Amino acid sequence: MNLQLAVGATALLALVAYALFGGADLGGGIWDLFASGPRRREQRALVEEAIGPIWEANHVWLILVVTVLFTGFPAAFAAISTTLFLPLTVLLVGVVLRGAAFTFRAYDEGGDAAERRWGLIFSMSSVLAPLMLGAIVGALSSGRLRLGPAGEPLAGPMAWLSGFSVATGLLATALFAFLAAVYLTVEASGALQEDFRRRAIAAGAVTFIAAAGAAALSWHESPLVFEGLTGRAWSLPLHFATGAAATGAFWALITRRFTLARPLAAAQVTLIVLGWGASQYPYLLVPDVTLASAAAPPRTLVLLLTALGTGALTLIPSLWLLFRVFKRRIR
Amino acid sequence: MTNLLAARWLFGMSLAFHIVFAAIGVAMPLLMVLAELRWRRTGEQAALELSRRWAKGVAVLFAVGAVSGTVISFELGLLWPRFMAFAGPIIGMPFSLEGFAFFAEAIFLGIFLYGRDRVSPRLHLASGVLVAVAGAASAFFVTLANAWMNHPAGFQLLAGKALEIDPVAAMFPPGWGEQVLHVLISSYAATAFAVAGIHAFYLRRTPGDPFHRTALATVLPVAMAAALLQPISGDLSARRIAVTQPVKLAALEGHFKTQRRAPLRLGGFPDVDTGTTPGAIEIPAGLSLLAFHDLDAEVRGLEDFPRERWPDPLKVHLAFEVMVALGSALAALSLTTAVLWWRRRSLPEHPALLSALTWAAPAGFLALEAGWLVTEWGRQPFTVWGVLRTADAVTPVGGLEIPLVTFAVLYVFLALVTAAVLRRMIRQTSPAGRSASEATP
Repeated sequence: MNLQLAVGATALLALVAYALFGGADLGGGIWDLFASGPRRREQRALVEEAIGPIWEANHVWLILVVTVLFTGFPAAFAAISTTLFLPLTVLLVGVVLRGAAFTFRAYDEGGDAAERRWGLIFSMSSVLAPLMLGAIVGALSSGRLRLGPAGEPLAGPMAWLSGFSVATGLLATALFAFLAAVYLTVEASGALQEDFRRRAIAAGAVTFIAAAGAAALSWHESPLVFEGLTGRAWSLPLHFATGAAATGAFWALITRRFTLARPLAAAQVTLIVLGWGASQYPYLLVPDVTLASAAAPPRTLVLLLTALGTGALTLIPSLWLLFRVFKRRIR
Repeated sequence: MTNLLAARWLFGMSLAFHIVFAAIGVAMPLLMVLAELRWRRTGEQAALELSRRWAKGVAVLFAVGAVSGTVISFELGLLWPRFMAFAGPIIGMPFSLEGFAFFAEAIFLGIFLYGRDRVSPRLHLASGVLVAVAGAASAFFVTLANAWMNHPAGFQLLAGKALEIDPVAAMFPPGWGEQVLHVLISSYAATAFAVAGIHAFYLRRTPGDPFHRTALATVLPVAMAAALLQPISGDLSARRIAVTQPVKLAALEGHFKTQRRAPLRLGGFPDVDTGTTPGAIEIPAGLSLLAFHDLDAEVRGLEDFPRERWPDPLKVHLAFEVMVALGSALAALSLTTAVLWWRRRSLPEHPALLSALTWAAPAGFLALEAGWLVTEWGRQPFTVWGVLRTADAVTPVGGLEIPLVTFAVLYVFLALVTAAVLRRMIRQTSPAGRSASEATP
């Protein structure tokens, strides 16, 4: 059991990393879509400069989540892929268009019109992807995605769509936008910094509303999450910590302590993802698939953990270097 | 269209698209690093310009490869959930390791592309080298998974369930070395010939242009080495298949009757109803010689195997012939280029040779796609050879025509745009497109 839990926790940590890094890149795309005011152009340029060198590396976290899932919990991967076929496909279309359009915008030498066209596709798909991702995560715990004995989906292709999954989709989108805006305040200066400060505060407020909505809807639509959010021993300390991080991030933004707002916002996102994972425990797909029912044999899990550990030894210094090169303040 | 056929089309299309970018992702970083090294060694302005231009191309192609590869990793579950439920614990490992290789590729490509002015020259070059190494490592890991599908190992099958799973034994099934070698060389050959073709085209238009000369001098050795090594690697692969997958060998050679002194068939159209391959030129004992290095060796024909285990020999044979013909043509072209280069003691710039190189530009990629079809069609009707039929691996989710059409449109769109963006980039490198400041004084 401990082995399954360890692999499950690793997958959850990889998802946290995707939210902190890949999520912020998606959030950058959202601010490209909502670029406004006299510094529209500068806002977009900052987003492009901020994510250009790192988005591909950040994107790999998502692929890591997928590979850990299908190696460690193959039955869950099959069940999730089957029951969430439609939103996963839409997510993929969003992921493809986002990455391709961003690169085409940066490298196409076709002039302003082409750049605007790619910018629009990039930013629209940057909204689509987190909406889908959040909805998928929400749907996992809804209990509506049932499987037949042969692994066939029993509910229709739209069973994933509910008030709760819409709320979690919006929550993910707002959260990524918030995170991106907070990160960008550190990388910007002057009036541009103020632009992103205001955006961060606005997105933070929307995040709060979406989170409250999702929590309220979970009472009815996702009792398991609701119970996890309210009834367990760790519920209260977790909420307290999440709330403290969120409040701290707000306070830091309002008082313009941007380098402090960044880790606080990251902590908030981390705690939200961890909280979701913990309240979903031990289910991967509620109610038919659990960590134990979907797990690969122990030997595979041990090797997978070894591979992940060895991989991390090369990955962490490389990532550290990447961020040191591109995210050290130069100005 | 049945769901199975739609799933096969969708997955086949996704792979056929991705494989081009994957191969470029393996080979192009090497070329980029070679140009960079050349600049550091000779100080030629053209080599620096080349390194920059190639790096820009890599940036676009790598991004398209990254997103199309993401599609594949999800489609494994979306289209073949039963395959993944069965195979995940056995061969998930190489995929996870490939994830780390991909991380390294993305990280150091970021540093190489955007960090030229931010990091030391040594770190910049090291980043390029790491991208090239990580690219080869990703191809290595992914090919291991495919080698396992061709020759499943590392588990015991009991009532359709895999028991006694040994992921390490599964990672290195018989034949993994031959297949990895063949795939890696094909990536370098295909990419290098495509790049050489583009620069040969411009050099023929503007004879003596230093930029395109430097480019050809950098890329041609890679192209030639790969194309000349590939027949040897092909021979190793064929001999391995003769032992591990005899039914695949029989199908790809259009060989129906088990016999000693089996002939090698060039061309022809295998006909499953008559059990013959009409239209083929037969070289006596050629197949026995190639498959076993023995003129008298017995080669098992398709008739030796139950009909329901046959792949479609027509498709497999034709794809195989296309791969071998193109591969041989590239090897011959490489040999000619090598002879001309040696006699002239400098880069051959004969218009006919440049013309031949231009025409050869797509040949490597066509051969690579054909070779991929050989291994995939040749494994049918199985996804995991002899263990899991493709028909049993497919998703129970219906209506796959919709994602099929969606992704078909998406890939055509991406292919057209990528081609257009690269075309504009390449045009800028032609002398007319380069600014005066960059021209040699």
